[in-house]
Amino acid sequence: MKARVFYRVLLGAGLVYLFLPVFVVIAFGFNDLKGRFNVTWVGFTLRHWADPFGVEGLSEALINSLTLAFLSALIATIVGTLIALALVRYRFRARAATNLLLFLPMASPEVVMGSALLALFIATSFGRGYWTILVAHVLFNISYSVVTVRARIVGFDRHLEEAAMDLYANEWQTFRRVTLPMILPGVAASFMLCFALSFDDFVITNFNSGTTMTFPLYVWGAARRGIPPQVNVFGTIIFLVTVIAMFGYLTITTRRSKVAR
Amino acid sequence: MTIEAVSAAERRRRRVPYLLMAPGLLWLFLFYVVPMSQLVITSLQEGSLERGYRFTGDLSNYLAVFTTYRGQLFNSLLFAFAATVIGLAISYPLAYAIAFHTGRWKSLFLMLLLMPFLVPFLLRTLAWRIILADQGTVVGIIKTLGLLPEDGRLLSTAWAVVAGLVYNYLAFITLPIYVSLDKIDRSLLEAANDLYASPFTAFRKVTWPLSLPGVISGTLLTFIPAAGDYVNVELLGNPPNSMMGNVIQNKFLVVIDYPAAAAISFTLMALIVTLVVIYVRRVGTEELLT
Repeated sequence: MKARVFYRVLLGAGLVYLFLPVFVVIAFGFNDLKGRFNVTWVGFTLRHWADPFGVEGLSEALINSLTLAFLSALIATIVGTLIALALVRYRFRARAATNLLLFLPMASPEVVMGSALLALFIATSFGRGYWTILVAHVLFNISYSVVTVRARIVGFDRHLEEAAMDLYANEWQTFRRVTLPMILPGVAASFMLCFALSFDDFVITNFNSGTTMTFPLYVWGAARRGIPPQVNVFGTIIFLVTVIAMFGYLTITTRRSKVAR
Repeated sequence: MTIEAVSAAERRRRRVPYLLMAPGLLWLFLFYVVPMSQLVITSLQEGSLERGYRFTGDLSNYLAVFTTYRGQLFNSLLFAFAATVIGLAISYPLAYAIAFHTGRWKSLFLMLLLMPFLVPFLLRTLAWRIILADQGTVVGIIKTLGLLPEDGRLLSTAWAVVAGLVYNYLAFITLPIYVSLDKIDRSLLEAANDLYASPFTAFRKVTWPLSLPGVISGTLLTFIPAAGDYVNVELLGNPPNSMMGNVIQNKFLVVIDYPAAAAISFTLMALIVTLVVIYVRRVGTEELLT
C-alpha cells in the first residue's frame, strides 16, 4: 500500500517536471505581451492565434521545414527499408561493416557531423542552401530508419513469403502483396520518426543552411531579438499534431495486430 | 537446370543484398565517411578566407584544443558527465515505476513520458529560460529553502546548462532503460523472493544487472549528444560556461577559421569515441554494435 502511494507520487512528480516546459510553451502563445520579449506573463489573449502568420519570415521557414521533413523522411525511409530488408533477409560478408557504418552517424555528436559536412561543402565550393540541408537530413535519418524498420521485420514469419513463391507469385508480386503489407507499420513508424527528427533539427541544419530558413533556425534567430508569440502558437500546433499522429498510429497498429490474431 | 545456370542464379542472389543497400550505403559513404575525412584534411591546413587554404600538415591546431580551449573541453566533459549522472538518477526510478507499477496503464504512461519531446527542441529549452528566470517561482522556492543565497541565480549558470541538458536528453536515457526493465522475466523476481532475498538484494542481484544494457545505451545516448551540445549554453548559460560545441560553432560560422574549427571538431569526435569504447569495454557489453 505504502509502495503504491510512493510510486504514484514519483510518477506524478516526474510528469509535472516533464510537462512544465510544455505548459510554458503553450501558455506563452496566449500571452498578451507588451514589447518584444515574451518572458513574463501579462494576461490572456487570443490575438496571436487569430494571426499566426503575422510575423515576417515565419511562414516561409515553416514551409521549408515541412517540405524538408517530408522529402528527407521519404528518401531515408525508402533507402533505409531496403537496407533493413537486406540485413534481415540475406547473409553476406559486408554485414559487420554495414552495421558499423549505420551505427556511426547515431554515435556522432551533431556538431561534428554538421561541421564535417560543412567542411566538405566548403572544400568542394558547393553552395549551401535547401539542397545541402536535405542531404544532411537524409544522412542522419537513414540509420534511424533502418533501426525502426528492422525491428519490425525481425519479428515476422518468412514462411508467408515462401508460400507466396510456391503459389507462383514472382518476386515483385511477393514483395507487393506479402512483404510490404507486413512491414508497413515499421515503414510508417520510420517515416514519422524521420519526419519529426528532420523537422526539429537545429544543429546540423545550422551548419549547412546558407541563407535558407527553417523553423528551428527562425526560432534561434528570434531568440536574440525576442521570440514572437506566434512561434509558441506553432510550437503548440506541432505538439498537438504529433500527439494525435502518435495516438493514431498506435490505435491503427494495435487494431491491425488484433485482427491478424 | 545445368550447373552453370544454378550457379548463375546463385551469383545473382548473392548480389541482391548489395543492390538493396547500394543507395543508402552510398549516401552514408558520400556524406558521412567523405566529410569526416575532409574534416581531417581541413584541420591540417593553414591560411585564411582571404588568402586561401593550403595543406601543410601543421598539427598546431590540435595542440590548441588542449591549451587554448582546455576550459571548454573540461566544461564539455564535466557538463555531459553531470547531465548523464543526474539524468540516470531521474530516469531510472521513472522507467522502473512505469515498467513495474503502472499495470494496464503502462503504454499510456510511456506515451506521456515521450510527449513533451514532441515540443520543438529550441522551444523546450527557451521555456526553461522562463522557468529558471531570476524573478521566477522556481528560484524563489529554492531561495526559501536556503539552497541559494538571496542574490543568487540559476539562469546563466552552469547549473542551468546542466538542467537543460538533463531535460533535453531525458527521453533518450529513459526509453532504453524502460525497454530492458520491461523485458525482465517476472518469475526471476519471484524466485529471488522465494529464496528469501530482500527486495533490495533482489534488485541488486537481479533487476539491476538485467537492466544494464538499457542503462549503457541510455547513458551513451545522453553523454554523446550532451558533450557536443552548444544550444543549452547559448540559451541558458553564459560565455564562461562555453563548451566545445560553442567553439566549433563560433570558429566555423562566425570567426571563419576552418582549420582550427575542423581540428577541434575532429578531436571532440575522437575523444568521445575513445571514452565510449573504454566505457563499453569496462561495463562489458557489445550488443550495441549489432
